[in-house]
Amino acid sequence: MAAMREAFAAAAIDLLEGDERVAIVLADISETLLRRAIRHDPLRAVNVGIAEQTMVGVAAGFAMEGFHPIAHSLSPFMAERPYEQLKLDFGYQGLGGTFVGSGGSYDYAGEGATHHSPADASLMLAIPRMQVLVPGHGREVDQLLRAVVANGEPTYVRTSLATNDEPHDVAPGRLEVIRRGDGPTVVAFGPMLMRALEATAHLDATVVYATSLEPFDGPTLRELAGDAPDIVVVEPWYEGTAAAVITAVFADVAVRLRSIGVPRRFIHRYGTWQDLDASLGMDAKGIRARL
Amino acid sequence: MDTTTDPLTHVRALMARATGDEKHDESTTSTLDALWVLYDRVLRIDPAHPEAEDRDRFILSKGHGPASLYAILAAKGFFSPEWLDTFLDHDGRLGSHPDRMQVPGIEASTGSLGHGFPMAVGVAQALRAKGRPDTRVVVLTGDAELNEGSNWEAVMLAPNLRLGNLTWLIVDNHSSSWPMGPWDAWLPPFGWDVRVVDGHDHDALAAALGVRHAERPVAVIADIPEGEW
Repeated sequence: MAAMREAFAAAAIDLLEGDERVAIVLADISETLLRRAIRHDPLRAVNVGIAEQTMVGVAAGFAMEGFHPIAHSLSPFMAERPYEQLKLDFGYQGLGGTFVGSGGSYDYAGEGATHHSPADASLMLAIPRMQVLVPGHGREVDQLLRAVVANGEPTYVRTSLATNDEPHDVAPGRLEVIRRGDGPTVVAFGPMLMRALEATAHLDATVVYATSLEPFDGPTLRELAGDAPDIVVVEPWYEGTAAAVITAVFADVAVRLRSIGVPRRFIHRYGTWQDLDASLGMDAKGIRARL
Repeated sequence: MDTTTDPLTHVRALMARATGDEKHDESTTSTLDALWVLYDRVLRIDPAHPEAEDRDRFILSKGHGPASLYAILAAKGFFSPEWLDTFLDHDGRLGSHPDRMQVPGIEASTGSLGHGFPMAVGVAQALRAKGRPDTRVVVLTGDAELNEGSNWEAVMLAPNLRLGNLTWLIVDNHSSSWPMGPWDAWLPPFGWDVRVVDGHDHDALAAALGVRHAERPVAVIADIPEGEW
């Protein structure tokens, strides 16, 4: 189950069927994948139609009544269109919920920039209390979803078509050391791990794998990077997004930080996400060239 | 109105203690009669247990001008009337938009218009999912608030979810920059049972707010003519 969207649906259905406090709220997107949940309990699994603001508002209503709501749409319609509902209905009101965005930065490349959302992670970071998770494999989607669904906090889970070949044992707030070296410390987020490893194979680099941007495992990174931190971030969203989180780890030492992510400009080209990765310098070859 | 028999004389005196938000005076006085009828005659509430599971839920979607709601909550005993003296104070709990994490009896933190109605739909659906379809949810919007498009997502959704436990109270004080309504023509096609009443008539408000159907939500329009705020 490497495909993240399908893995999300399977996990969400299982959670709904196994815990009567779990609710699912959709806005048409993935309704087919989650139809079994709606059939299982049409009171707790609701498709509100193409109405993302109300999707999040209804999810907040469920949370106000003690449920653990899961809302889901494509990432621009999960993180951006109902942004104020995420900020106020959940963040300000002190409620917990899980918001699963599918489509990464530009997975549905042929649809154009209306369906892109490379700003999702930085927007979510700007909401106090919001956790931001970025699995790199379908099994990690399952693991992270189960870890957060009932924790009482708002959590954005960013899924993508791009995946790593193998799943890792992941948890919110945990970094995993993939490779140790004496050179720079590479922090690879979610689906960027394999290409980051390939792009930095010529360096004597330490490579760590992150599926949790907020909370972030600062102590582990601090220990690995030593007293003269030389950090390379390889991130699947707008470049520089993780910089605020990572520089906070090194508040008392000088840090060299390079951010390699999606360039901050609107994309006016189509094709596949792999085509855009290549043209934007987001594949292994491009990342290596940008080091 | 004869103040010697006006049940709201005490509430008006409490409202007068919450000063500093005069820009919302017309908004808050417009809702006073409907809110009083709700809290005095319609809602099942226990001020000593503001989070009781079997309470009816009220959401002030139109979060501005909450002084009338605060005064009624204080009059009913949800919190001390002395809180009203600290309205808008740095150390007080009562802001010009209500905060559910600060004020007993406030179900939702509102202020940005168009949020409370979708949340009320979610609460009503969640109550049904919990096996509490008899617990009522009443959401109050203004007429101008309904310029916000997110409300209309909820207007369309609620009848389709067959939310018989939801009542939508529109206090129409004709503050919208362009005319809204006529409600009894606009709303029934969406599936709402619509009742238009005089927004100052307590008996008419109580009768309309008392209407419930098994699977059809009710919209009560409390009409407040311009200048009669």
